[in-house]
Amino acid sequence: MVTVAHVQLSSCCGCLVSLTDTYEKLLDVLGAIDLVYSQTIADAREIPEADIILVEGSVCLDDHHAMEIAQDVRKKAKILVALGACAATGGITRFCRGGQMSKPIHSSFSPITEVVKCDLAIPGCPPSPEIIVGLITAAIEGDMEYLAPFSEFAKNNTEACGCDVIEKVVNKSLCMGCGCCAASCPTRAIEMVEGRPLILNEVCIKCGCCGFQCPRIELPKNVMVLE
Amino acid sequence: MDAFGNYKSVISARIADKAVLKKVQDGGIVTAAFVYGLENNLLDGAVVASVGEEFRAVPKVATTVEEILEAAGTKYTTCPNLSVLKQAIREYGCEKVGVVGTPCQIIATRKSLKYPVGFRHMNDKIALTVGIFCMENFPYNGMKTIVEEHCGVKMDDVAKLDIGKGKFWTYTKWGETKSIKLADTHPYEQIACHVCTDYTAELADISTGSVGSPDGWSTVFARTEKGEEFLNGMVESGYLETKPVNEGKFGLELLAKLANIKKSKNQKEIDHRKEIGLPVPY
Repeated sequence: MVTVAHVQLSSCCGCLVSLTDTYEKLLDVLGAIDLVYSQTIADAREIPEADIILVEGSVCLDDHHAMEIAQDVRKKAKILVALGACAATGGITRFCRGGQMSKPIHSSFSPITEVVKCDLAIPGCPPSPEIIVGLITAAIEGDMEYLAPFSEFAKNNTEACGCDVIEKVVNKSLCMGCGCCAASCPTRAIEMVEGRPLILNEVCIKCGCCGFQCPRIELPKNVMVLE
Repeated sequence: MDAFGNYKSVISARIADKAVLKKVQDGGIVTAAFVYGLENNLLDGAVVASVGEEFRAVPKVATTVEEILEAAGTKYTTCPNLSVLKQAIREYGCEKVGVVGTPCQIIATRKSLKYPVGFRHMNDKIALTVGIFCMENFPYNGMKTIVEEHCGVKMDDVAKLDIGKGKFWTYTKWGETKSIKLADTHPYEQIACHVCTDYTAELADISTGSVGSPDGWSTVFARTEKGEEFLNGMVESGYLETKPVNEGKFGLELLAKLANIKKSKNQKEIDHRKEIGLPVPY
């Protein structure tokens, strides 16, 4: 049985809610794995070694507990997954700047992908239930082809932003105006104007969805196979 | 080279409703599919390209037959159909959505189904994808220049646009027909289309387009089981008239020729971009 741990750092727990938002599929998922650690839904206190550790939330660099946990999960996980925007790209915590009570010194937050090497990263705020189940299933089955975009994302997209679709697509003469970025955006920070994305930067929460979904940034081979 | 991608069957067809046939681009297959879907409870909504002011293309979630009919006809300009995909499910509450799109939009739809990162609870609600053949597209102002400067027709007066027989055709509301050589429209093409190697929407459940069939008819591929079942349903319930597709010079042979021209020309562009260090998604 594949062991899975869910670890929460600086986050809202929405990623775990998203995992549980799979209705009857949740039972299939829980039937296929052994959930060895999740502070929200189980009472194990110590993070054990596990095949897959899902980390949600970013790491507060000014909080030594968070830093220790980040190091710890890297050692204990066979596959370390940055689950959701905060862990993968920083997300909303990119805007943190400290100065608030009762820990005004807690001012610096980085996605865990920037603190330790992560094997996979799932962007999204939150990632859809289907993609979390899809990733866990692929990890259990060893479907490396399916996992490739998540592995790529963990390496190269820690600083995601709506600007990605401008810099990597529109500016590179690749945007054909499908509107996928606008649909994937959870905050409606993308408007399509004259067939091109317009980023409302003050609305963007840097979740990485638009860049991940754009078929002109990455088009995995398995998408091109008709099933 | 594989010109068309995988498919189960191919026919020539047109919509049986003669009144509607007058309003559609070719054989009216997309219109027929969505009308059939709505009337037979196989769809409760469809993402379509509707016409806005001055013949602009506007993505829209259509939930009635009237709205489907309003959206009939090709616009020859980019229409970000996918931008309203999630809206169809969230705001309109659709559970069986049809999606029409150009090959790139069908590819984007397939990617969002395979990797639904920002698309919660969408997978099981896309009931049908209909792809339309596409050689290239124009930004709105590109199309406007072709119509207004080259054909001398105001956008407000456009009734229908068409590309065929080597020409770009503009039909006005007053019954005039103007055309220019397709070669003269090349400067206005969307450059991002030049890395596309899909002509017949190879990943759609059903793909359709004008090439390969006589005027007023469409060539139709059923590619998936779902697509084939849907298409058979349309034929059996009398929404479509069909005839076997012509294998010869003006049928599949011509379609294959055009598909291969697009594939090889754009593959060269992809290779060139790679060579000079520009990114390509493939």
